Amino acid sequence: MPRTHVLDYLTEILPQAADKTAFASPAESLTFAALEAQSNAVASALTAQGLYNEPVVVYMEKSPRTVAAFFGVIKAGCYYVPLDDEMPRVRIELILDTLQPRAVIYDTKSKSAAESLIAGKDVIAAYDYARLVQTAPDLPALSAIRSRAIDTDPIYVVFTSGSTGKPKGVCACHRSVIDYVENLSDALGFDSETVFGNQAPLYVDACLKELYPTLKFGAATHFIPKGLFSFPVRLIEHLNAVKANTICWVASALTMTAGCGALGSVQPEYLRTVAFGSEVFLPKHLNAWRAACPKAKFYNLYGPTEATGMSCVYPVTRDFSEGEVIPIGKPFPNTEVFLYTKEAGLITAPDTPGEMLIRGTCLTMGYYADPERTAAAFIQNPFHDRYPEWVYCTGDLAKYDADGNLIFLSRKDYQIKHMGHRIELGEIESAALTMDGMTGCCALFHPESKKLLLAYAPELDKAAVLTHLRGKLPRYMLPNGLFPIEAMPLTPNGKIDRVLLRQTYAGA
Amino acid sequence: MQELIEILQNLHPEVDFAACDTLIDDGILDSFDIVSVINEINDTFDVVIPADRIVPENFNSAAALWELIEDLED
Repeated sequence: MPRTHVLDYLTEILPQAADKTAFASPAESLTFAALEAQSNAVASALTAQGLYNEPVVVYMEKSPRTVAAFFGVIKAGCYYVPLDDEMPRVRIELILDTLQPRAVIYDTKSKSAAESLIAGKDVIAAYDYARLVQTAPDLPALSAIRSRAIDTDPIYVVFTSGSTGKPKGVCACHRSVIDYVENLSDALGFDSETVFGNQAPLYVDACLKELYPTLKFGAATHFIPKGLFSFPVRLIEHLNAVKANTICWVASALTMTAGCGALGSVQPEYLRTVAFGSEVFLPKHLNAWRAACPKAKFYNLYGPTEATGMSCVYPVTRDFSEGEVIPIGKPFPNTEVFLYTKEAGLITAPDTPGEMLIRGTCLTMGYYADPERTAAAFIQNPFHDRYPEWVYCTGDLAKYDADGNLIFLSRKDYQIKHMGHRIELGEIESAALTMDGMTGCCALFHPESKKLLLAYAPELDKAAVLTHLRGKLPRYMLPNGLFPIEAMPLTPNGKIDRVLLRQTYAGA
Repeated sequence: MQELIEILQNLHPEVDFAACDTLIDDGILDSFDIVSVINEINDTFDVVIPADRIVPENFNSAAALWELIEDLED
């Protein structure tokens, strides 16, 4: 029988891997059996509270127990909503406003933040993970919930930047995650010996690469402490210490390590699979990694959150020369990515730009409680109206090379990728404009220096502006440079002159 | 030293960099900041911080960073 539930992976692997470590951080580790036991306890507690088929916010720092919380939520027939434990309060409120959740799970670190978050809100209750796991498992109740589950039930909602300032919650179901896990595992050759060195935060879909393949194969995932990514030599020493053989990192993490020359002083000893993606990776850094890990296979991955993780893969089998672009390759099986423009229709010829549209089981269910923005991005297949069929419009422009590989070109809009995070420049501007006295602003991104800049008017104190933004935006959206100006330059039809500002401040 | 303080101040105007010696231990400088600081130092002082010197101890205070820069300039 085909799998219809993501936790079938856990059920299937338990008999052979019960005592093996599944998820570990330097402070804690959980075996597959412990993962099963803790998630059963969490699920039983949530079920006893009458929670079912609704969002459960998981507001915990990255750790093995957070994964057990996710699985507990799924076992209760609910869907988990991971929150960045460092996200400013204001942004969390926007997310809660969209979700209207009745339950938040917190840990020791987020306890006081969680309690203040629910203060004055009668409908939300906050649950301490440490207490939830002490609940006696109610296996008959959980088994009844499992037997009612179908593969189009949601399992998570992750929030991504929205141009109006309101984050969008991308909602995915069992079926799309299973499709992704199967395709990714085949493409990258995961197996029971795989030891992941995880970089991706648990509040983005990027961590699906490790979470579910770990269950599928009885593999292991080590969460690498975030601070190590600033200190590349220590980072590689850590990879060696935990014997990580597989890393799927944002390109910027690999860039930092190669860029400072760390690969010259210490070698990753065990790596056999290196996957990167989410942003442009320069050939010189790719080549440095390939030289440092001659036995490893390298893969460029591409895909939007809306299509459940990654949709395309390009196996890198050669060095690239400076100025060459590493292709994003070809779609996974059971996934169609096609190039389209309204004017030209379907594009099949090489070197002709079009927007990438995605079709298949990989599509998520759209944006949570947001039919308007869902309808704008998930549209009827433009080639027919015979039956309802969604395709997702990525907003990413690409072309084919002579070998039929997709090559990413640029964005259609003001979305950018910065340190692996997807950011709508409009969200930064919306946050800045909530500051008293700010009359206009323009967020810019300079891709070469990877700097996020904000020009604003009038000339308010930089420190005050930065402090204001810190209270509104996640860390990765904070500008690296502020440019106060007397008044925003305008185009003849009265809009902010982005082109002029980009020329002045972003050197492009 | 003043140039270094200015680089740091641009990232965190609210921090007293002359006094603080727990920039890494207390998470004041995060990975985004450290990438910026390394790039700015390399550009401003025309040095290259070698990978094995990019360690928490050298980034915990402005004084430690300054010592590193002076050492590299020699």
